[in-house]
Amino acid sequence: MIIEGVTRAAFDELVEIETSEGDRRLGRVLEVGMGKAVVQVFEGTSGLATRGVKARFSGRTLEIPVSPDVLGRIFDGLGRPIDGLPALIGEKKLDVNGAPINPAMRDYPEDFIQTGVSVIDGMLTLVRGQKLPIFSGSGLPHDLLAAQVARQATVLGKEEEFAVVFAAIGVQHDTAEFFRRSLEGSGAMRRSVLFLNLADNPAIERIVTPRVALTAAEYMAFDLDMHVLVILTDMTNYAEALREISAAREEVPGRKGYPGYLYTDLATIYERAGRIKGRKGSITQLPILTMPSDDITHPISDLTGYITEGQIVLGRELHRKGIYPPVNVLMSLSRLMKDGIGEGKTRSDHSGVSNQLYDAYSRAQELRALAEIIGKSSLSPVDLKYLTFGDLFERRFLSQGFAENRDIETTLNMAWEVLSVLPEQELTKIRREHIERYHRAEQR
Amino acid sequence: MPVKGKIVWVSGPTVRADDMTGARMYEMVRVGEDRLVGEIIKLEGDIAFIQVYESTSGLKPGEPVEGTGQPLSVALGPGIIGKIYDGLQRPLTDIASRVGPFVHRGIYVFSLSLDKPWRFTPLVKGGDEIEGGWVLGTVPETPLIEHKILAPPTLPKAKVISVEPEGEYDLEHPIVTVETKQSRRELKMYHYWPVRRKRPYRRKIPAQVPLITGQRVLDTFFPLAKGGTAAIPGGFGTGKTVALHQISSWADAKVVVHVGCGERGNEMTEVLVKFPELKDPYSGRPLMERTILIANTSNMPVAAREASIYTGATLAEYYRDMGYDVVMVADSTSRWAEALREISGRLEEMPAEEGFPSYLASRLAEFYERAGRVEALGEPNRIGSVTLIGAVSPPGADFTEPVTMHTLRFVRTFWSLDTRLAYSRHYPAVNWMLSYSMYLDAIQEVWEREVDKDWRYLRDRAYEVLQREDALKEIVRLLGPEVLPDEEKLVLDVARMLKIGFLQQNAYDPVDTYSSPRKQVMLLRLFVEFYNRALDALEKGVRIDDVRAVKVAAKLPRVKFEVPEDRLEEIEGIRREIHEEFDELSAEVVRGIV
Repeated sequence: MIIEGVTRAAFDELVEIETSEGDRRLGRVLEVGMGKAVVQVFEGTSGLATRGVKARFSGRTLEIPVSPDVLGRIFDGLGRPIDGLPALIGEKKLDVNGAPINPAMRDYPEDFIQTGVSVIDGMLTLVRGQKLPIFSGSGLPHDLLAAQVARQATVLGKEEEFAVVFAAIGVQHDTAEFFRRSLEGSGAMRRSVLFLNLADNPAIERIVTPRVALTAAEYMAFDLDMHVLVILTDMTNYAEALREISAAREEVPGRKGYPGYLYTDLATIYERAGRIKGRKGSITQLPILTMPSDDITHPISDLTGYITEGQIVLGRELHRKGIYPPVNVLMSLSRLMKDGIGEGKTRSDHSGVSNQLYDAYSRAQELRALAEIIGKSSLSPVDLKYLTFGDLFERRFLSQGFAENRDIETTLNMAWEVLSVLPEQELTKIRREHIERYHRAEQR
Repeated sequence: MPVKGKIVWVSGPTVRADDMTGARMYEMVRVGEDRLVGEIIKLEGDIAFIQVYESTSGLKPGEPVEGTGQPLSVALGPGIIGKIYDGLQRPLTDIASRVGPFVHRGIYVFSLSLDKPWRFTPLVKGGDEIEGGWVLGTVPETPLIEHKILAPPTLPKAKVISVEPEGEYDLEHPIVTVETKQSRRELKMYHYWPVRRKRPYRRKIPAQVPLITGQRVLDTFFPLAKGGTAAIPGGFGTGKTVALHQISSWADAKVVVHVGCGERGNEMTEVLVKFPELKDPYSGRPLMERTILIANTSNMPVAAREASIYTGATLAEYYRDMGYDVVMVADSTSRWAEALREISGRLEEMPAEEGFPSYLASRLAEFYERAGRVEALGEPNRIGSVTLIGAVSPPGADFTEPVTMHTLRFVRTFWSLDTRLAYSRHYPAVNWMLSYSMYLDAIQEVWEREVDKDWRYLRDRAYEVLQREDALKEIVRLLGPEVLPDEEKLVLDVARMLKIGFLQQNAYDPVDTYSSPRKQVMLLRLFVEFYNRALDALEKGVRIDDVRAVKVAAKLPRVKFEVPEDRLEEIEGIRREIHEEFDELSAEVVRGIV
């Protein structure tokens, strides 16, 4: 929408629009020149006429009020309450765009988070202040996994529980309801905040929803000293809303019609995870995105992978086999794992065990493909052991119940249990002292 | 008289201002009431198109724009090492102590500490004839770096009138007074240099000295020379950043400039946390004493990201001019190119491939041309080098995209990172069939003279095994390994050993993270001699199963992390074991037992 006769409008400013019927909407300045401004209307422009619409420039960017009362509340995608309770009386108002954390003031994330999910704790360790997305596809149980992590996550040795900020970005009512009930069921609702932009809410509003949620999370982490876990679902809807605006502005499109600045834009969301020197709290992000047609090279998942500190990729084939959580470990990665594990954090053999699991499972996958062509009978005895390992890995280590919470000790012992199928000389990634201590520990 | 205009249009990081008559291209300007830093990138009549290096939220048409008469420049003097700067050389630690943990805009902090005294020892004296590039004196900047105070390269022939005696001075204190034909000038310990202009030198000399990174696959198979260029493209998760951190940590350079250009904030923090603890393997001093960090993370303003590459290159050239070997690592040049694309889009320029501006290739060429080994200007004679290593982040790991494609035209070493290798946790995921180095012949002499005379033979022999394995892989995939003759089965076995025991290197293992050139050659010799002896045994009639049963074979993949640098003689012992076991095998054949 272009507004004329504007004086003193500022770039990025919030605009209140009143239609001729007295209907109020919110918008944001995208471009501004002498006497003229391009405004994006969050609730959409349907029903707006070129005459009779009044616009008031607020002189500030979009802000939300924050106070400790924010906990336990439910808001819409723009941060307005929808739980029937009155609006927050904020102790202060915060700009939803935030400000970049000075890289020199970041504290390095290295506190191990025990999620109770073996594959994450053992091979894709999450640490406080990390951003680790779940790359999923439609119909895969990403919501289940995220809810399990939100429910079970603790930091070893500290009895601090995580506060959860949940942002629904264009998802169905059922998904939002599932998370709400899951949080209520575990008693976490009193330290949670929900921001809901559902599938039938205006798409443009989705641009703001993750930012509003992260602003609340920053307040909780850096003002209230809480450890916050932020779940953003589904980032694919966010990127699509961004594309819609870009197309409306007739910008030169990048890959698949997404704007060239998609990377930078996504970074302003994902980079709001982390820890700050001298502050107690932290923000850990668990964004969820569904890869269109399971394509990891699609711009949304591709650019996300370049920004986040790893990814948890869900695989359709494992899901079909009935394995939960169906994590494709070979495509998954946690970049900050190395500093969150080991002596004094988890266990000294953790790094070697994890490397060996990857190595052995990757070899098992290669051999499975080979066995399909030439038959199992032409494989060597060692190769056959790798095949057994592969099956055992999926059935024992990877699989677990939605309500099953395994501590790290259990996870690592199970890893040894499946690794012990392999002869000792195959364990080239593990130090000798660990092999002696843990290999076939049960038999000794 | 600086130009004064006013804003007429704001669109993201670009601003249009009119009444800008007299402004020059690439002039630095101050934009708006908050005096944000900007640069003129296009002039049309009296309208200037400005890219603003800070967030433009809240900027209004009608606000003032003021020229500075200067191009975007950096301040060069003692105090740069160990600092963390943003893309415009603003010291991030000083900014944090002033405004807290978040970066706000409109803050101006000088790049160097003006009140800190430095101990200056003069090298010129009254009456000397000097000109641009001369070393005026030295300052101990860190225990590792003796900072040479250079006369600004633009200084014409001049006569030294007076020099301050040895002593402690702050940066604003004039240390040398000279008289040129036109005027008398006072020189301080720092000078300015525009970032977009490369610093001059006397002449370029060929790059023949290997840059040792301690990473086996790079140093041995695809080496880089000091003053050379390399690109390291790879999809996400292929370990680009880890590889670059390894190079920044272990490269045998005097100074390392690490530019985090549009990448993750936590990665810069990692460097900041680890480098003061890590010890330089050559001097035993903390790595931070030779490192300069430039951090313009992905969520910081996009225009400053564009500038950060040039800021880094200028700092690197400055230390090169002192006669030092400098490595500059840019992570990632793709983000820099995207910044170009975004600015170009806002200017409504006609896009070329994938929306990138048509001048992408020439900008890349210009950037990589700033690498080189040179003889510096002025006296005394100094030879220094800038080695440029650029990460490329191709979307969807597709190497045919414009940034990767154009980069490959301008670099001489190519380290191709492979998604498939990364998925199977083969790190560093350098694909040995696609990567190449054009410095191999140039640096061979140094390796053979200083490390081992058989270096090239061992390297080529090992590479041959890897190449043959690659050719055999297709057959194995279709028919399984059992159909191959014994000699080819051996190739597969040795290739697997090489992959696990040599190519793969664990950056997080205290022993494996760095391999000295000596250790690299010794390890390589183990595999090559094992291969040669095994081949010989097969010819004599030994069966492959007996070769596989050789006890020392199980030891070889572990040598890399079980033998630390101070016990390298143990590798010699393992080598003897290889020969003893094979001697015995051959003897058995001769005796007819087998």
